[in-house]
Amino acid sequence: MSPRITGAVARRVLAQLRRDPRTVALLIGVPTLLVVLLHEVFAGRDLVFQHIGGPLLGLFPFVSMFLVSSITMLRERVSGTLERLMSMPLGRLDLLAGYAIAFALVAAVQASVVSLVALELLGLDAHRPFAVVLLAIGNAVLGMSLGLFVSAFARTEFQAVQFMPAFVLPQILLCGLIVARDQMADWLQVVSALLPLTYAYDALARVTAPGALGPRFWLDVTITVTVTFVALALGAATLRRRTP
Amino acid sequence: MTASIVVSDLGVVRGGTEALRGVSLEIFPGRVTGLLGPSGSGKTTLMRSIVGVQTVTRGSVRVLGRPAGDPPLRRLIGYMTQSPSVYADLTVRENLAFFARVLDAAESVEGALATVSLEAHADQVVQTLSGGERARVSLAVALLGAPEVLVLDEPTVGLDPLLRRDLWETFHRLAEQGATVLVSSHVMDEAERCDELVLLRDGRVLAYETPAALRADTGAADLDAAFLALIERRGPA
Repeated sequence: MSPRITGAVARRVLAQLRRDPRTVALLIGVPTLLVVLLHEVFAGRDLVFQHIGGPLLGLFPFVSMFLVSSITMLRERVSGTLERLMSMPLGRLDLLAGYAIAFALVAAVQASVVSLVALELLGLDAHRPFAVVLLAIGNAVLGMSLGLFVSAFARTEFQAVQFMPAFVLPQILLCGLIVARDQMADWLQVVSALLPLTYAYDALARVTAPGALGPRFWLDVTITVTVTFVALALGAATLRRRTP
Repeated sequence: MTASIVVSDLGVVRGGTEALRGVSLEIFPGRVTGLLGPSGSGKTTLMRSIVGVQTVTRGSVRVLGRPAGDPPLRRLIGYMTQSPSVYADLTVRENLAFFARVLDAAESVEGALATVSLEAHADQVVQTLSGGERARVSLAVALLGAPEVLVLDEPTVGLDPLLRRDLWETFHRLAEQGATVLVSSHVMDEAERCDELVLLRDGRVLAYETPAALRADTGAADLDAAFLALIERRGPA
């Protein structure tokens, strides 16, 4: 790995985003709008908003970065730039780390703006708001690594977009956000325990709730970080120097 | 003179069909070698094998004494793919600066821009360029870092005749400076501009000669006719 090349990739990804202000506006604007909508939908039932609003702040970057990174990598494959890079002195980890740095920065901005709106304007009462932003960045990198990995299985952008509901929505349904995990059928609890977002959500729920974090929180963080690295390794394995 | 590219009994299967059926070749530095043949004859597959991005079924390819795809070769080979592989949403200069940073050759950006005559478009987003201009951006990337081996897949398709002439002069200048220049084309009039010609058909080498020798050998007046004479002599593949 080379810091020069990793930095070059990160700068390039950010430059591409800068040339696409509409995507940046959507990345920041859509989650903000959704938080506002959530607040309005649960108007008068503030307890529900307080309960799911905090964790949701950290889940938006997961979804956005999953999509953005899988499409960016797919375009890199289709346009031939990946083949060109693979013929150059660029390590596969340089490419993935460059992506991770760029998307983590975008996620930091996204999570900060959405958190600011939710906490300051909508009266969301999240404890440890700073930790929420940190976890949101972690979830962005998790979403990115899963997105990079699954993009290897997409031939077209249509397929890549469809991977989002296929990989992300079941995880959101089963992570405990919508129904507490201990109220699910046994087999669903087993499935839920196998999905990475369950741990990312649990960490967020504990951070935004009052009280001490406890060992379960650190276990959540460890699992989330481990899955991120495993997904990045799997993603690296899908980047082939030689193709048929 | 020692060959810079040595291909021995190379066989490649792509999509269930044999794209290369036992190709053996030696390509030398200091010359512009043309790789000619109809579409589907295996030109791109052979070039990809030399660059080291092609999964090879049998045989071997050595470049500058190393097996193709060996990591030290990655900064010694400049490769231009057939479709322009650059970032359409970045400017010409941003593209070159990025690839130059990867190659640690930031000083070569301006020279590459000048070689392909794109200085005036340097700050234009690639998406807004014409097809020929995009191809030149892609060519400029291949020239970054003064590579010892240039592998150019149809670099002059669709370009203005004046610019085409200039680019061929550039290829010859680079060869005179000691580079190995391998250029593919399916346009016969470009064959005349090469020092050596490799004629590929159906994954096999049909001939490897100088343009003059090829004409003398086949008694044909131009290379198109020479190609036809060769195909008829060898019989259908």
